[in-house]
Amino acid sequence: MADEVLLSATGIRKHFGGLAALSDVSITVRRGEIFGLIGPNGAGKTTLFNVLTGLTRPDAGTLSFDGIRIDGLKPHAVARHGIARTFQNIRLFGSMTALENVMVGRHLRSTTGVLGAAFRTRHAVAEEQAITKRAGELLEYCGLSARSGNLARDLPYGDQRRLEIARALATEPKLLALDEPAAGMNATETTALTALLERIRADGVTLLLIEHDMKLVMGLSHSVAVLDYGEKIAEGEPESVQRNPRVIEAYLGGGFA
Amino acid sequence: MSINALLTGQRVRWAAWVAIALLLLALPFITEAVLGRSWVRIIAVALLFVMLALGLNIVVGFAGLLDLGYIAFFAVGAYSYALLASPQFAVHWPFLVLLPLGAAIAAVFGILLGAPTLRLRGDYLAIVTLGFGEIIRVFLNNLNRPVNITNGPQGITLIDPLQIGGFSLAQTHTFAGLTFSSVHNYYFVFLICAALSIALSLRLENSRIGRAWVAIRDDELAASAMGINTRNIKLLAFAMGATFGGVAGGLFASFQGFVSPESFQLIDSIMVLCMVVLGGMGNVAGVVLGAVLLTALPEALRYVGPLQQRWLGHVMVDPADLRMLLFGLALVLMMLLRPEGIWPARRRIVSAPTENPHGG
Amino acid sequence: MDIFAQQLINGLVLGSIYALVALGYTMVYGILGLINFAHGDITMVGALVALTIVQALSAAGIPAPVILVLAGGGAMIVCATLGLSIERVAYRPLRRAPRLAPLITAIGVSILLQYSAALIWGKQYIAMPKLLEPAAINIAGAQLTTLQLAIFLLACTIMAGLLWFIKARRMGRAMRATEQNPDVAGLMGVNTNTVIAFTFILGSAIGAIAGLMIVLYYGIGHYFMGFMLGLKAFTAAVLGGIGNVGGAVLGGLLLGVIESLASGYIGDLTGGVFGSNYRDIFAFLVLVVVLVLRPSGLLGQHSGDRA
Repeated sequence: MADEVLLSATGIRKHFGGLAALSDVSITVRRGEIFGLIGPNGAGKTTLFNVLTGLTRPDAGTLSFDGIRIDGLKPHAVARHGIARTFQNIRLFGSMTALENVMVGRHLRSTTGVLGAAFRTRHAVAEEQAITKRAGELLEYCGLSARSGNLARDLPYGDQRRLEIARALATEPKLLALDEPAAGMNATETTALTALLERIRADGVTLLLIEHDMKLVMGLSHSVAVLDYGEKIAEGEPESVQRNPRVIEAYLGGGFA
Repeated sequence: MSINALLTGQRVRWAAWVAIALLLLALPFITEAVLGRSWVRIIAVALLFVMLALGLNIVVGFAGLLDLGYIAFFAVGAYSYALLASPQFAVHWPFLVLLPLGAAIAAVFGILLGAPTLRLRGDYLAIVTLGFGEIIRVFLNNLNRPVNITNGPQGITLIDPLQIGGFSLAQTHTFAGLTFSSVHNYYFVFLICAALSIALSLRLENSRIGRAWVAIRDDELAASAMGINTRNIKLLAFAMGATFGGVAGGLFASFQGFVSPESFQLIDSIMVLCMVVLGGMGNVAGVVLGAVLLTALPEALRYVGPLQQRWLGHVMVDPADLRMLLFGLALVLMMLLRPEGIWPARRRIVSAPTENPHGG
Repeated sequence: MDIFAQQLINGLVLGSIYALVALGYTMVYGILGLINFAHGDITMVGALVALTIVQALSAAGIPAPVILVLAGGGAMIVCATLGLSIERVAYRPLRRAPRLAPLITAIGVSILLQYSAALIWGKQYIAMPKLLEPAAINIAGAQLTTLQLAIFLLACTIMAGLLWFIKARRMGRAMRATEQNPDVAGLMGVNTNTVIAFTFILGSAIGAIAGLMIVLYYGIGHYFMGFMLGLKAFTAAVLGGIGNVGGAVLGGLLLGVIESLASGYIGDLTGGVFGSNYRDIFAFLVLVVVLVLRPSGLLGQHSGDRA
């Protein structure tokens, strides 16, 4: 695993009205690693995700991904550069089947337009077959083959989370940003998720992870950053972060003896 | 044994389609015999509305953009044709040029009218598109001074009928012992166009673009995060929808021989919307059903006039008003009781190759 | 120069009527997030009811002010009932439905109202019997009739009253609370259903008064008059900032003035290419411009809706 920097966020600031959601946050994610982002609720983790993926424009700061400046880019452009994400409150395309959801993920890696679809050109037909096949493979990769024809909104919760991952993987990301992928999962599901995430990393995708499940994130991550009230208060290997007094205080509050 | 069953199923389906096709081909003659020639006209117009409804279905049903001014594209197509094939400018271009041209002009309008709405949410989008529809109508009504372009409220008359070489659709022809009047001729042209529209809609629905539209409808934020350029894809929906409208408009102009702003009011936009929503938004079959029902049923209501005359001695409720009353009621009841429409969209099971070793 | 003053006066009077109707839109939108498409038609019903009452009573020799009060009162009762019923029957069941459904329902209700009115009153223009002798004052070279003055003053009184009510009275506070956060308001003991019903009643009643003003001002009523009026009033609400009562007032007055001035001067400005027959689309143009450039309107909060 190279020590090469994949994602570099420097001095990110974001205000909402009078509230400082992010103050001078900088993180560095190395290629091939699993990077955990933790912090108490409201610390700004999802806001940082939104900034990284172009959903929110930062007030200040720079973002560099694989050597390219991506701050200010629209979400679909960011996706094209290779960052895919899942959402804290699952955002699937409810009226489409699981398979179709993943097929949508292939959109930016395919080119058939209206004319191709209308005239069923050779290219269009071949591409559609390839998209369907790849989507099926990704569903199987995430353990969802049995659900392929089910509507996304009818799926059980755990399957929905995994479907979001499958859909994100369909975009062929270099970096997969997951916003609380284990939320609401029981122990069995979490173990399966961990295995899936490790497998994804082993297949060459860098992972950036917001999580509250400490066992999961500390066990999985190579590096961890901690946000509190919009500021980064620690960054480094899980063991050292866990022992960091500022981190302990942020989670437990100051008033405990 | 399963292969036999498969073959039988396929054979039955194929036979059904052939039967439907034959029925559609024979329909104008059957209709004329049973109900009279005025009804042949009605089913021809119904086919035009099928095209319109399918076009709006792309915008509203697939992409989820509530367009209340859709009739404007129908108007643009109709007037484009009318201006270039009538005494208005003394220009008479052939329809093979005019139909694609009308479609292209309508598509441009689709993009122009869609562009300002891209960042608007549902209700606002609806109101702005409504406004655009009205603006178009007002311009059509008033662009007769200082330069007479549209001939104002009087509209444009003496529009050329469709003709290929010497064969004019406006003339009666006989063939194989059957009389093809002008209405019959147009019916068949419209039938072909409607069939093409259906095929195109289905192909778009099950394509990369179609999925992108539905993704935007279901969750625009997630769609953009997955790499879909929502702005362009939305504009594409407007353009495609407008194209359907533009083609239908050109056909309408040549069929009717006359266009005026009166045919393109807000209520007509709402009517087409009704066809889409009540038929089954997003479902091509449902939309076709909606278009046919909502064109034919009101015509059936016309008989209510004479019926009232007979039973009550005078016409208490003008059938045209009754039709509108029932529309309003239908909209409210449908939304309360069955918002997904008469024939709702049900996502077909698209099975992945890895799952089914037998294919299909 | 006197065309300016005249157009300004006309614009302010018409604008005050727009503002009254706009209040109905903005209050319902603020509380429910719904564009009550049928509101313009409720106003129309009020106008026609008032007109009918006036017609019925004016032959009986009752003094004009009494007739007006009765007409206004009658219209208010009918409209309030109508608004309440519509909310209960058509909108309440759809409160949690996806946004498309209530919007389409509202369109359906609008159509129902229009054609029911056509059924009851017929489709011809109905003339308002002459009640008042028009007297005019001369201001800056323009005419201001007593009717215009009365309308303007009454409208302003109603608007001021509403603004005070919302700020000072308990129900007004309850309305504001429900608008901000219906769930929390409910937890705090506010009966949101009652508040919503009240909002509809209030908006419809005010609309009824506006309807009466319109038939007095233009002298005729018509089953289709609610459509344009509603659209323009809605534009006014958006212009001022939808959901904001003060905004509806400002938007209404502003729109009336813009429309008057534009149709007055458009002929000169465009060298005769466009005339005042384009009057109706000014409102639409304003609407489009506002929604594209500043969707929150003049007085609305800037809602951040990115991506």
